Amino acid sequence: MTLPQTPDGGNTMLLEIQQLTVSHGNRPVLDRLSLTLSAGEILAVIGPNGAGKTTLVRAISGVIPIQGGQIRWNSADLAKFPPASRARCMAVVPQARNLPADFTVQQTVLLGRTPYLGWLGRDTDEDRSAVRQAMERTDTLALAERRMGELSGGEQQRVLLARALAQQAPLLLLDEPTTHLDLAYQVSLMDSIRDLAHPASRGGDSPAALGALVVMHDLHLVARYADRVALLVNGRLAALGSPAEVLTPQQISSGFGLPQATVEELLHQPAAVANSLPG
Amino acid sequence: MKNTARPFLVSFLVLLTALLLSAAVGSVAVSPAEWRTLLKAVLDGRAFSDPQTAPLASIFFNLRLPRTCLVALAGAALAGSGSAYQGLFRNPLADPYLIGVASGAGLGAVLAMSIRFPYTLGGLLATPAAAFVGALISVFLVVQLGRAGKGIAAPNLVLAGVAVSAFTSALTSFLMLRATGELRRALVWLLGGSTLSGWLPVLAALPYILVGLGVLTSLGHGLNVLQFGGEQAQQLGLPVRRVRFLVIASATLATAAAVAFTGVIGFVGLIMPHLARLLWGSDYRRLIPLSALGGAVLLLLADVVARVILAPQELPVGIITALLGAPFFLWVLRRSQAAEGS
Repeated sequence: MTLPQTPDGGNTMLLEIQQLTVSHGNRPVLDRLSLTLSAGEILAVIGPNGAGKTTLVRAISGVIPIQGGQIRWNSADLAKFPPASRARCMAVVPQARNLPADFTVQQTVLLGRTPYLGWLGRDTDEDRSAVRQAMERTDTLALAERRMGELSGGEQQRVLLARALAQQAPLLLLDEPTTHLDLAYQVSLMDSIRDLAHPASRGGDSPAALGALVVMHDLHLVARYADRVALLVNGRLAALGSPAEVLTPQQISSGFGLPQATVEELLHQPAAVANSLPG
Repeated sequence: MKNTARPFLVSFLVLLTALLLSAAVGSVAVSPAEWRTLLKAVLDGRAFSDPQTAPLASIFFNLRLPRTCLVALAGAALAGSGSAYQGLFRNPLADPYLIGVASGAGLGAVLAMSIRFPYTLGGLLATPAAAFVGALISVFLVVQLGRAGKGIAAPNLVLAGVAVSAFTSALTSFLMLRATGELRRALVWLLGGSTLSGWLPVLAALPYILVGLGVLTSLGHGLNVLQFGGEQAQQLGLPVRRVRFLVIASATLATAAAVAFTGVIGFVGLIMPHLARLLWGSDYRRLIPLSALGGAVLLLLADVVARVILAPQELPVGIITALLGAPFFLWVLRRSQAAEGS
C-alpha cells in the first residue's frame, strides 16, 4: 500500500472516520463518532465497559455493518474495499483467546500474508521474508516451531502482533492487547508498538512509521505511550486530545462515573497500581 | 523442501501397495505362477485372446481392478471431505457420516435409483447429482439445527447429524420396502458394499470426486485462516463467505459421489484426518490431500478384510469401518472434551 507523502515528510493521514453510527437493534453503540488517525501516531481509545471501544475496532475492520457515516481510507470509502484490499490497509491484533493450539508460530504468522497469497495459498520468498521480518521485530523468531498451545499468554500476544506485522499494513488496530499480560509483558508489547509508530526514535535506517489505534484500560500505560487519547462514553466521543488534556481527574471521573478523589488517587499514585498487580 | 514432499511420497507408496493387495485378493484364489502368466500375456497384448489367460484377465480387469479403483476413490472422497468439514466447522467429530451428510446423499441416490435411470454413463452420472442435492439439504439442516449461539459445539453438530440421519434413513427404508426386485439390491449397496461392477461407475464417480477434492485442496490456506474464527479470517483478508460456500459445496459433492456408488460408509472421514493430523500436523494445504490418500488406503484395506474374513461371502465394508470407527469416535470425543475442559 503506497501512501501520498505530505510535504513536511510526516503525519500522512490514514484513517478518517466521519459521523460513524453503529447500532445493535435500535440501541446505538456508536453515535456519530468522528476521528482521524495518521501514520506515526498512537491513538489510545479508553472508556468504561460497553462504551463501544471494541465495536469501533470491528467497524473499522469491516466485520460488522455500519448504520451511518463513513470510514475513509486515503479519502476512499472503506465500505467498498474487498476483504483482501482492506487487509492490506490495516491489520488487527485481537486478544489472544481461543487460538488453535496445534498451529505452529510460523504457520500462524504466515496467515498474515493472506491478502497477498494466490488462490492455492502457496507462499513465495517474499512472503517468507515478510514473515521472518515480522518475527524478528516481535522477538518471536526463536519460537517459530513451537505450537501456539504451548506458549504463555504474553508470547501468544506477541505472535498475533507478528501476524499483523506480516500483513505489512500501514495501520494497526489493537483491541486491549495487554489485558491478560503481566506488567513486564505489557511494557514490552507497548514498547514494540511505540517502536513501530515512532521508528525514527530508534535511529538508523528505519522502516516507515505505522499508525496504531489501541483500545486500552490501564491509564498509566496510556499516559506513557499514547500520542493522543480518545475517551468514549456511551458510544460518543467525550474527549479527544493529548494524554495531558484528556487524562484529567474531571474528564476521567465523569467518563467512568467515579468520585474525583478516587480518580486523583489512581492517576497520581503509582503505588495503587503496583498493589493491584498479581503476585 | 524435502520435508514437505516426503509424506506424499510415503502415502503414494502405501497406496500403491494397498491397490495391488486389493486387486490380488478375491474369492477366486490365484497362484503366483498364474499371475506371472497373466502379466506376460498382458505385456504381449494377448491377455484376453489367449484362452489360457482370458478368464483371469476378465476377472482382474473387469471385476477386481474397477472395484479397487472405486473403493480407493470413495475412501479418498470421504476422508478428504471429512478433513474439510472438520476444518470448516472447527469440530473434530465432523465426519460425513456422523453429521448426516452421507445419509442425505443416500436418500437422494435411492430416489434417483427408484426413477430407474438407464445403466449407462449418462444415467450413472445422474445418481451422484441426486445424491448431491440430498446431501446439500442435509448439511444445511444440520448446520441450522446444530447452531447454538455463535458457534457449533462438537456434540451439537453430531446430535443434529443423528436427527437428520434418522429422518433421511427412515425415508430411504420406506422407499426400499416399497420397491421390488432390482431396487432391493440397494439395501446391500446402502450398507456400504459396492455391488456395482465394471468401469462405468468408476468413470461416473471420477469427475465429481476429482473436482470436489481439487477445489478442497485449493482452499487449504482458507481453512487454515478459518481456524482462528470467521471474524479474524475476514480481518486477515479472507473472503469468508465465498470460502465457506466453496468448502461445503465441494466436500458435499465428493461425499455424494462416494455414497452414490459405494453406499453409506461411516468413519473413514473421521479416522483418517485425525491420523494425518497426528502424523503430519495441522496445515490444511497438506492435510486435505494427505487425508484423501490415507482414506483411499484405509478403505481399500477395510474392503480386503470385508472380502476375506467370511470368504467366499462378502461383508459390507461399512461394517468393518464402523467396527474400527466407533471406538475411535469415542476416543476423539473424550479428547475434545478434555481439550475444552482445560
